[in-house]
Amino acid sequence: MRTSTFIMICVAVAAVVFSLLRILGNEYYFFAGYVVLQFIVLATAWNILGGYTGYVNFGSAAFFAVGAYTTIFFHKTFPLPIPILIVIGGFLSGLIGLGMGYLTLRLRGAFFAIGTLALAVVLATIVTNWSYLGGARGAYVLRPDEIAVIGSYVQYLFLLMLLLAVIAIATARGIEHSKLGYGFHTIRDDELAAEASGVPTLRLKLIATTISGALMGMAGAPFPYYLGYVQPSSAFGLEYAVNSIAMPMIGGTTSWVGPLIGAILLATLQQWATVTFSSEWGVLLVGVLLVAFVVLAPRGIVGLVEGWRRRRAG
Amino acid sequence: MEIPYDLLINALVAGLLLGAFYAAVTVGVSVSFGILDIVNIAHPGFIILGSYIAYIVNQRLGVDPILASIVLLPAFYALGAAIYQVYYQSFERRGEDALRGLAFFFGLLFVTEVALVLVFGVDYRYVQAPYIGPSYNIGIVDLPLRMLVPCFVALALVAALQIFLAKTFIGRAIMGVAQDQLALQLMAASPTKVKRIAFAISIATCSIAGALLIVIQPIEPSVGREYIGRVFAICVLGGLGSLPGTLAGAMLLGVLESFTSTFYGPSWAPAVSFGVLLLVLAFRPAGLFGR
Amino acid sequence: MAGPLLEVEGVGKRFGGFVALDGIDLAVNEGERVGLIGPNGSGKSTLVNCICGTLTNETGQVRFNGDVLDGLKANERTHRGLARSFQLPRPFTSLTVAGNLRVPLVYTVNARPGRHLSNAEIDTRCAELLTLVGLGDKAEKYPRDLTQVEMRKLELARALAAEPKLLIADESMAGLSQAEVADIVKLLIDLNEHGITIILIEHIMRAVMSFSQRLVVLVSGKKIADGKPELVIQDPEVERAYLGQ
Repeated sequence: MRTSTFIMICVAVAAVVFSLLRILGNEYYFFAGYVVLQFIVLATAWNILGGYTGYVNFGSAAFFAVGAYTTIFFHKTFPLPIPILIVIGGFLSGLIGLGMGYLTLRLRGAFFAIGTLALAVVLATIVTNWSYLGGARGAYVLRPDEIAVIGSYVQYLFLLMLLLAVIAIATARGIEHSKLGYGFHTIRDDELAAEASGVPTLRLKLIATTISGALMGMAGAPFPYYLGYVQPSSAFGLEYAVNSIAMPMIGGTTSWVGPLIGAILLATLQQWATVTFSSEWGVLLVGVLLVAFVVLAPRGIVGLVEGWRRRRAG
Repeated sequence: MEIPYDLLINALVAGLLLGAFYAAVTVGVSVSFGILDIVNIAHPGFIILGSYIAYIVNQRLGVDPILASIVLLPAFYALGAAIYQVYYQSFERRGEDALRGLAFFFGLLFVTEVALVLVFGVDYRYVQAPYIGPSYNIGIVDLPLRMLVPCFVALALVAALQIFLAKTFIGRAIMGVAQDQLALQLMAASPTKVKRIAFAISIATCSIAGALLIVIQPIEPSVGREYIGRVFAICVLGGLGSLPGTLAGAMLLGVLESFTSTFYGPSWAPAVSFGVLLLVLAFRPAGLFGR
Repeated sequence: MAGPLLEVEGVGKRFGGFVALDGIDLAVNEGERVGLIGPNGSGKSTLVNCICGTLTNETGQVRFNGDVLDGLKANERTHRGLARSFQLPRPFTSLTVAGNLRVPLVYTVNARPGRHLSNAEIDTRCAELLTLVGLGDKAEKYPRDLTQVEMRKLELARALAAEPKLLIADESMAGLSQAEVADIVKLLIDLNEHGITIILIEHIMRAVMSFSQRLVVLVSGKKIADGKPELVIQDPEVERAYLGQ
C-alpha cells in the first residue's frame, strides 16, 4: 500500500472517530481521548528510535516538556495559535534531540540511554530555576472555553492531537517502508556489521533521534492548554518515560502497529486503575507489565499474535 | 573579592565527606557495570529500598540502622542473585539484550519506587541514632557526625570490596570474568556462577549504602532518581571497573556538588552530576583515569 | 598506481594494560594474495579491526590507496574499497540471507559516485553471490536457519557484495570439509585474478599455503615473519612460536 493511500485511510479513520465522539456528545470522552492520543504519539515517536534502531531513550519527558514549556514561554510573551506552537515546540525538541545525539550517539547504547536521563534532569533543573517559566511552583495557563467552528476548546485540542497521531503513525510507517527504515534495521541487528557494510550509522541514528524528539515535542506543545497548569516535577516526570517505553515494548517494537496497540491498551488501563484505585496503582501496573513483557513476551502483543497465527497455519 | 575562607573550607570538607558516601553508593555499580557490563539503572532503587528497611528496623526495634544493614546483607545478596538469574535466563542473546536489559532494569527501578510510595507514602522518613545531630568542631571546620560516621563506614566498605576483589580467589575470578571467559572455564569456575556472585555482591552493597543514605538525609521514594546520574557520572569519571577510580571520582563529584550548593544554591545540585556526566560522555568517555 | 595498496605503519593498540598490537608494519601491494597466520590471541582480528576502522589504533597510521584512513569511520573505509568478514559471523538477523547481501549493495556500491544499480540488478547480484559461495538455495531463509558453516559463507558473500578492492577474509573456512575448503580457496584465487587484493586469515595451513603468495606471521601482537610462504614456515622462530602448537 502506498504511503499516500495509507495517510488517506488514517485521515478517514480519524474523521470517523471525531464525528462519532461529537455525536455521543460527552465531553469526558474528549478529555480522556486526548490522553490516549498523546500517548499514541509519544509511544510511536519513542519506537522510531528505540524500536527501529535499538537505542533506548529514558528522557522522553525532556522532549515532551520542551514542547510544553515552549508554549508557556510564548503564552507569557506573545500568545500564538496552538498549531504554530506545535511546530515551534517540535522544532526545538528536534534540535535538542540532534544535539544530544551528537554528544552521546558515538558511544555505546547504554551510555546514550543514561545520557537521555541526564538530559531530562538537567533541563528539569534549568526550568525549575527559571522563574519566568514558573519555576518549581509551576505555571498557569488560562484555557479559553470556546473556539470558532468547533465550539468546545477541549474538542479542538482533541482534534489537534488526533492529527498529530496521524502524522506520527504515517511518519513511522513511511520510515518502515523506506531505505531509512532498512538502515535502522541493520543498526538494531548488528551495528558493527552495519558499519562494515557501509551503512552511515551515526547519520541514521541522528536522524532517528531528531525525528523522535521532534514528535515528542509536538505532543507536548498543547499540554499546557489541556491541563491549565504545568509543573516541572510532573512535566519532566519518569511517568512519561515509563509509559513511552512500556507502550511500544508491550505492544511490539517492530512496526507502527505495536505502539498504537500498546498506547490504547495501557492508557485505557491506566485511566481505569487511576479512577478505581489511585494514579500510583495505575502507573505501578504499567511498570509491572513492562517487566513482565520484557522477560516473558519480548516481541510484545504483536509478536504473540504472529506466533499464534504461525502455529495455527503450521 | 573577599574569598570567604571558612565557607570554602567547610564546603570542601562537606564535599569530601559526601564524596566518600557517594563512593559507597557507586561501588556496586562499578562491579555490575564496570566489570560485568550490566547496566543496572535500578541500583538506586535498591538503595532506597535499603534505606526504608533500615528505617523500619530502626523505628520498630530501635536498632542502629547501619548495624541492621550489615545483618541484612545476606537478604540483599539473595535478591541480587535472584535478579541475576532472571536477567541471565531472559537476555542471553547478543544485540537484543541491550534494549531489553535496559527496559528490564528501568521497569524494576520504577516498580520499586512506586511500590514504596504505595507502602510508605511520600512523606519524608528519617532514623534516630546517637550520631545524628551532634558534630565535632575543629577550628572553623564543622564535622557533623551524621556525615562523618557514614564517611568512615563507606571507606571501610570500599576498602573491603577492593581487598576482596584483589586478594581472594572468587574476587580475582570476578575481575577475570570481564576479560577471559575461557581462562575461567579452564580454572573450573563457571563464568555464570562467578557473574551471579558478583552481581549479588553489587546488590548487597545497596543494603549498607541505603542505611548510610537515611542517616545522612531524610528520604522519600523519589530520592533514588537523583542518584542515577551521580552513580553513572562517578563510574564514568573514575574509569569503569576501577574501585580506586570510583573513590576518586566520587570525591570529585562530592566536592563539585558541595561548592555548587554552597555558592549557587542547593536547587542546582541535581544538575551538577548529570551535567558532569553529559560532559564526560561527550569529551572523555574513558574517564579521568580511563583505560 | 605507485606504492602499496594498503600500508600499515607502526600500528599499536592496547586494551587497558594488555598490548594487543605492538607496532605492526605491513605493506600489501595491489593484486597480492597475503596469508596472515598466528596463534589465538596474537592480534590478527585486532589488526583487521584497526585497518577497517571498527577499532581505533592508538599509534601508527593506516593508509589505503595513498590516503590516510585515520579518523575515517568504518563505513567510510568500506566505501573506499576495504571489506572484511567477521571472525565470528555477525549476520543481520531480521533480514533474509539475500537481504543481508542487499545492505552493502545499497549502502556501499550504490553510494559510490557513478554506479547505481537498480533493484532488479541488486537482486540478480545477490543471487549470483549466493551461488558463488554455495548458498544459492538459501536466499529466502533467515540467518537463524543456517548452520555455522553456512553463516561463515554468508559473511564472505556479504563482504564481497561491497565490491572491494581489498578483501580481508577472517577465518571464513572454519568447520568446512576438505572439498569445501578447496572450493573456497579456488573462489578466492579466482576473485584475486579478477583484480581483488586479498588478505586471508586462517588456521587451516593447507588452505593458507595453497592460497598465499606471501605469508605474514603474528605472535603476541608482533610481526615475526613476512615473506615467501615456503621460507616463512621453515623459519625456526615461526616454528617455535606457532607451528609447534
